[in-house]
Amino acid sequence: MNLAPVPSTAAWGGARAARLPLSAALRQWLGLAPFLLFAVAFMILPAGALLVGSLQDAQGGFTLANIAHLFRPSILRSYLLTIEVSLSTAVAGGVFGFMLAYAVTLGGLPKPVRSILTTFSGVASNFAGVPLAFAFIATLGRVGLITTILKSFFGISLYDAGFNLYSFWGLVLTYMYFQLPLMVLIIAPALDGMKPEWREACGTLGASRAQYWRHVALPVLMPSLLSSVILLFGNAFGAYATAYALTGGFLNLVPIQIGAQMRGDVLHDPNLGYALALGMVVIMTLSIIGYSRLSKRAARWRA
Amino acid sequence: MKKRATGSWIILVLAALYFLVPLAATFLFSLKAKKGVLSFLAYAHVFHDPLFLRTFTFSVEMAFLTIVIGLALIIPTALWVQLRFPRAQSLIEVFALLPFVIPPIVLVFGLIRLYSRPPLALVTSPALLVAGYVVISFPYIYRAVDTGLRSINLRVLTEAAQSLGAGWGKIILRVVLPNIRVSVLSAAFLTFSIVVGELTLAVMLAWPGFGPYMAQVGRDLAYEPAALAIISFLLTWGSIALMQLASRGLRGAAATPGGVH
Repeated sequence: MNLAPVPSTAAWGGARAARLPLSAALRQWLGLAPFLLFAVAFMILPAGALLVGSLQDAQGGFTLANIAHLFRPSILRSYLLTIEVSLSTAVAGGVFGFMLAYAVTLGGLPKPVRSILTTFSGVASNFAGVPLAFAFIATLGRVGLITTILKSFFGISLYDAGFNLYSFWGLVLTYMYFQLPLMVLIIAPALDGMKPEWREACGTLGASRAQYWRHVALPVLMPSLLSSVILLFGNAFGAYATAYALTGGFLNLVPIQIGAQMRGDVLHDPNLGYALALGMVVIMTLSIIGYSRLSKRAARWRA
Repeated sequence: MKKRATGSWIILVLAALYFLVPLAATFLFSLKAKKGVLSFLAYAHVFHDPLFLRTFTFSVEMAFLTIVIGLALIIPTALWVQLRFPRAQSLIEVFALLPFVIPPIVLVFGLIRLYSRPPLALVTSPALLVAGYVVISFPYIYRAVDTGLRSINLRVLTEAAQSLGAGWGKIILRVVLPNIRVSVLSAAFLTFSIVVGELTLAVMLAWPGFGPYMAQVGRDLAYEPAALAIISFLLTWGSIALMQLASRGLRGAAATPGGVH
């Protein structure tokens, strides 16, 4: 195969590459064939198979009933719960992650603190799934170390006080362990882009700290903040392993339901399972579109 | 100025508590397997369990295959796009980022539906598992390789190699790879840390991976899971540390954060 670069557009007299002779155009596509074929076979077609399945009834005939069933109260509840968990962890992770990132970038902490936190965040944002659930069970589970210490030394019984690791807030607390560091990693560059001149200009013009934040810093940061929160949302929305290992399926999250559907026919209707999966893809697609729009706007300020 | 730093310190200390207390508690918990004393008994149990070694080896093999196949698919493609077919850039990017939209649980559902019947009954083969892992790691590998290729003068390098008579294979192996080895290594370590502990695909396709093994231990035992959590944390730490070490010095390095949860 010949890897020589294509002649630059100038050599074509400004003609667009679309005017390449047919054989050359074919060869261009041929170079992409292995990757595209693989992606189609193991990503596009499987997703397509779910789409087709969600539009079929048990006999294989066309129907919209599965899609309509997504709006059943029980299924709608499960989507809402998944969205609530993801949104809570995304907003809480976003706010605390932002504060933490601010502390180590512009907050006047010594420089080495930042590099330590960055390294740790890289690890923690990847420390998820089964071992993360184990760590929280060993810490705050019914016989977890902190639970027992609080009980025997301070007489505080977390579980009598209403805390439960295997519940909504327990799951949120656990997810935060990878959400918060992820936020630190993605928002720190945006904070680096805040120019000290902006703050100085505000000061010269007599603006207070609050005014600087309200009228300058937050509007500039807003697209980055929102796009990061959306990314965190998607990160939590698709999570299966952590929720499965922590709650063992107590919480009726959509990924857990899809998993249960695969392990045995719990919905008594595989086609409804396909529709459930399709719903997840739709929500993920919407959030990624929102993310890319907002991050394009955010890029405007980074000259 | 001084007042601001105090606030920063408070935030940092709170965050450190949140991050370090579970680690310390898990570590202490893992030492309590023998009643009354602290011991490494739970770790001894784990390391002496033949299933530990077998599942861990299996997952490492899967990770290795994923890395090799993923790189073999993406490096030539990214190269081709930059040199010969720049107009396909956005198409390839969309394909490489698509796995973000398809959560693993959905991907594996589709794989099972499509490949569980003849003529394509691939579910019995580990090839399907590896294929799924390759798809999951597309975004990380693509981003790393793409950044790497952009940071070198690809056109000049390939033209020079060609004028000296090198072919396609030789250019990739002897010219491109050594120049982007930093990106390749960081992609490899990140993929490794994602695949080794992965649960969703392994469990649904019924493979004895390290993730399903950990989940099983979690159901059956008390202290060993904590030991496994510590071992996993050290593994993740190791691969990410190696990744960051590899990407040090590469500006705008390709540390795509986040994994598969």
